[in-house]
Amino acid sequence: MSQRRVVVTGLGATTPLGGDVESTWKAILAGQSGVRLLTEDWRELLPVHFAARVATEPADQMERVEMRRLDRSEQFALIASREAWKDAGSPDEMDKERLGVVIASGIGGVITLLDQFDVLKEKGARSVSPHTVPMLMPNGPAANVGLELQANAGVHTPVSACASGAEAIGYALEMIRNNRADIVVSGGVEAAIHQLPMAGFAAMKALSTRNEDPTKASRPYDADRDGFVLGEGGGVLILEEYEHAKARGAKIYCELSGQGLSSDGYHIAAPDPDGSGVQRAIKFALADAGLTAKDIFHLNAHATSTPAGDVAEANALRKALGADADHVSVSATKSMTGHLLGGAGAIESVFIVKALQDRLAPPTINIENLDPAVTVDVVRDKPRALPAGDIAALNDSFGFGGHNVVLVFNTVS
Amino acid sequence: MKEEKAMALTEADVLAGIKEIVEEIAGIPAASIELGKNFTDDLEVDSLSMVEVVVECENRFGVKIPDEKVTELATVGDAVNFIVEAAK
Repeated sequence: MSQRRVVVTGLGATTPLGGDVESTWKAILAGQSGVRLLTEDWRELLPVHFAARVATEPADQMERVEMRRLDRSEQFALIASREAWKDAGSPDEMDKERLGVVIASGIGGVITLLDQFDVLKEKGARSVSPHTVPMLMPNGPAANVGLELQANAGVHTPVSACASGAEAIGYALEMIRNNRADIVVSGGVEAAIHQLPMAGFAAMKALSTRNEDPTKASRPYDADRDGFVLGEGGGVLILEEYEHAKARGAKIYCELSGQGLSSDGYHIAAPDPDGSGVQRAIKFALADAGLTAKDIFHLNAHATSTPAGDVAEANALRKALGADADHVSVSATKSMTGHLLGGAGAIESVFIVKALQDRLAPPTINIENLDPAVTVDVVRDKPRALPAGDIAALNDSFGFGGHNVVLVFNTVS
Repeated sequence: MKEEKAMALTEADVLAGIKEIVEEIAGIPAASIELGKNFTDDLEVDSLSMVEVVVECENRFGVKIPDEKVTELATVGDAVNFIVEAAK
């Protein structure tokens, strides 16, 4: 039996640029920044005073009683999944034993954990919410979506820091290939804009401290980049077995044709400057997809705006693709969304699907002086047309711990 | 920690308070909450939300509702009677 093919039939997102895919994508193509000064008093305790909060608060998208039992990360997962499921034509009549959910988070319900610790200290154990554990568990976002959709094929949550969202989509790909499921709701979310995680990232010197100009702080590939901007939100893709999608007349955006996984074995947080792990992941992904470097025309880069990471990734792409890197339009959308950690690989996969649909690579904003060490073709300031015909695109995601995930999407003619 | 007990709570006071609490926590319209309604079977308050309702009742009415008592409070009326007695 030939391998089961997997296509994308639905999209959902809530991001710093919009409460759904359409508004987010419009803002992305317009080159808008979702980064803003924080309004909380605690910002003054930190060296960083800004972040990229979601553009639409969950309170505007769900009922109050439902919200109070859900961590913010779980709220994002439900909001994005509902949009994606509807976009896929709400296939509620399907056999739910063939429906899976793989939604990741890098940190889980950290805001619930910290808030309830405050309750414990101030009011005692009896006042700690009985919803605390289901809200803080990292599998909570996936579990709540699985519960709502009555998914019985399996609900999973891979965790690999900032690669988590992409790893979830890759896991979902394998679930369908391995004939465990016909449809898998996949993606990643993060809700960690809180003084403790921010203080932790700041202590690592990972965050930009450009407090005087927050919308210019996330500047991948710029010579003066000084760290990433923490974002929140999430993205969800409905992945579906190709024949299943055709049989029900579903709208098919594109194919998810492969994934490549590797690990650096180098450092707990720093990228391997040699980029050999990333190169291996790219090569594995192409081989898994049955494609070559000649087929790749777009990359949504991990490119978080840290001094070391952006160049290491660009070099790895150049080494892995060789001269074929010349026809790859590289976009770093974190310049607009900030870094959604476990949600990053998911929203960036949504952006790739939209880029293939519209044949437009999104811009990278805030590059005033391109770092001369960057040897790939970065799309700057305005979207760039992608060629007609059959083309493929890559999504890079890397996580603290040395996790490398590369996904391959291609057009379906 | 609240040491003082509320003075002379009436059944109507407590019922009104419970209606507010259950609506806030479980999203059940206050108008449908009556003395004869069973929390689980009629109002569909799940076990985790019930824990929240109990703690909120303790805070609001200044009474203690021991865990072993909670399982005996099947209906809204049971809860109202317990709280009125406990507050005396």
